Amino acid sequence: MNTSRLAAMARHPLALPLIALIVLLVVNRAFNATFFHIESKDGHLFGSLIDILNRASPLALVALGMTPVIATRGVDVSVGAVVAICAAVAAVLIGGQMHVENGVEVYVSNVPMPLAILAALAVGLICGLWNGTLVSVVGMQPIIATLILMVAGRGIAQLLTSGQIITIYYQPYFFLGAGYLFGLPFSLFIVAAVLLLLWLLTQRTALGLFITAIGINPVASYFAGVKARAITLWVFGFCGLTAAMAGLMISSNVKSADGNNAGLLMELDAILAVTLGGTSLGGGKFSLIGTVIGALIIQTLTYTTWSLGVPPEANLVVKAVVVFIVCVTQSDQLRQWLVRKPLEA
Amino acid sequence: MRSAKLKVLAVITLAAAGLYSSMAVAADKLVLGFAQVGAESEWRTANTESIKSSAKEAGVDLKFSDAQQKQENQIKAIRSYIAQKVDVIAFSPVVESGWEPVLREAKAAKIPVILTDRAVKVSDDSLYTAFIGSDFLEEGRRGGRWLQDKYKGQQGPINIAELQGTVGSAPAIDRRNGLLEIIKNDDRFKVIASQSGDFTRAGGKQVMEAFLKAYGKQINVVYSHNDDMAIGAIQAIEEAGLKPGKDIIIVSFDATKGAFQAMMAGKMNVSVECSPLLGPQLMDTAKLVAAGKSVPKRIVTKETVFPMETAAATFPSRKY
Repeated sequence: MNTSRLAAMARHPLALPLIALIVLLVVNRAFNATFFHIESKDGHLFGSLIDILNRASPLALVALGMTPVIATRGVDVSVGAVVAICAAVAAVLIGGQMHVENGVEVYVSNVPMPLAILAALAVGLICGLWNGTLVSVVGMQPIIATLILMVAGRGIAQLLTSGQIITIYYQPYFFLGAGYLFGLPFSLFIVAAVLLLLWLLTQRTALGLFITAIGINPVASYFAGVKARAITLWVFGFCGLTAAMAGLMISSNVKSADGNNAGLLMELDAILAVTLGGTSLGGGKFSLIGTVIGALIIQTLTYTTWSLGVPPEANLVVKAVVVFIVCVTQSDQLRQWLVRKPLEA
Repeated sequence: MRSAKLKVLAVITLAAAGLYSSMAVAADKLVLGFAQVGAESEWRTANTESIKSSAKEAGVDLKFSDAQQKQENQIKAIRSYIAQKVDVIAFSPVVESGWEPVLREAKAAKIPVILTDRAVKVSDDSLYTAFIGSDFLEEGRRGGRWLQDKYKGQQGPINIAELQGTVGSAPAIDRRNGLLEIIKNDDRFKVIASQSGDFTRAGGKQVMEAFLKAYGKQINVVYSHNDDMAIGAIQAIEEAGLKPGKDIIIVSFDATKGAFQAMMAGKMNVSVECSPLLGPQLMDTAKLVAAGKSVPKRIVTKETVFPMETAAATFPSRKY
């Protein structure tokens, strides 16, 4: 095997996140012989890996939306709250009741489902554009601008649900977060679609270059003719939209909307997923695939602590240690030391 | 320095004011400051309703705050009640520990404190006057006894997967200990997995999914610390192609409406009641305390166990 090619592979930005993910999966396999086992049940695939992919979907969506935001030197800490708001909007609009008529359960939704979903997505987009306006037009620091909605958002979500957990009884809605298409969870297709859309937009048009340019130097990019304001505004808007999708997915999966707990601390996991994937918080270059891998690492880690029987009290410590290791190994200094290459090369 | 001085000053004025107000208002309307945990579940909403409606009935002036599951918010609310010189403070502590300083402030202000629903860990018992609420340990024992009854005369091993509540919360600790106490001497029962689902549906569902993959058909019983997690677990069990209530026995707590619906559908086997309707008992106690009469330190709410067989008959009379 050519050692220089190996070294080149090890230097690839996605190498470490991938290795971390593989190590986690191997650890799981070591403790649980059936971990990689996937079977077909009721016409769809069933197994630990499917669970991890399925549960990582909302996080992956939010993190994908967060990636361009972080690449333009921003950050959106309101996504968890937006998830809660949009879940609440959908739940209140669809809600539905289960009437038992002659022993048959009949489902009725308050508002036609497509309308409710569109409304929830629109609310997410508006939330994102609100953040984007504060950042790009008013000129606030992104963390402060989005902090407003992070705090207020949960209040809004609770207002919408009157502080209750709203249970959704409308069966067709459950497909979004718990349905299967071609044997795979439907949520995976949504993530794939968003990933593809983002990839096309950023790699096949100049948008990716503009985003990177804004992240590296906003002033220089402005003088180079990049419409920094408009791009920042819409990057935040898109982030709100993906948060709305995640909110729909979560509420559909657990058949309820919980203003207090839906998407709680999700902003931190999303930022973490983006960082684990190799995107720098300083802005500039970003990796969409890296973000998805980051989200998978986080979900696999959570799953590992559950299935290995780590005591609940120690869960967060285990998580912190793994995240610490992954982040430290991403430092350039350490990499160079590991690959044993002189610094100037 | 400045804040320490201020604090001393505040405590002195409050103590004086507290004495004054408790004398002056005794004949007048009783002012009760209540710091609620939040509105995290149907149970909590029923609890809030009960307190609000019984305050109105008892002619108590209720000052109500919602802490949204955060201890710092509750402490802030209690401090504001001390500043407003209410007659009695009541609250439902979100976690067990960390209450000493604010309770000392209340004591220094001579405002009696009644705990509702959840207990606190303090070195000095005199920091609160009374604790009205469920006995979570006894609830855990009831859940355990129901299981023993259910499996009477049957061979083991009976594997239990436990869905714990929020780590460190009183119901999570005591419902676990109550079960362990009962099954300690019965070696058929074994808790093979135990993780926290944070008292939420999403949490219960995700943890149960992981359990099902790791332990599969070994799991005989799910012991869920509240109904919401149990409802999430039921969804996960159904998606795994098993029948909750039959293939896997579901033991849950609180007996909320959602639990009754699950029991009537045959998907949950038993829900141990944890009654949120302690408003009337709280108002009675608050009045006695404000009048300077002695009350028992521990007041247990009236509760029972609802197995699925009685669910349909009981459901129409349920308030939460």
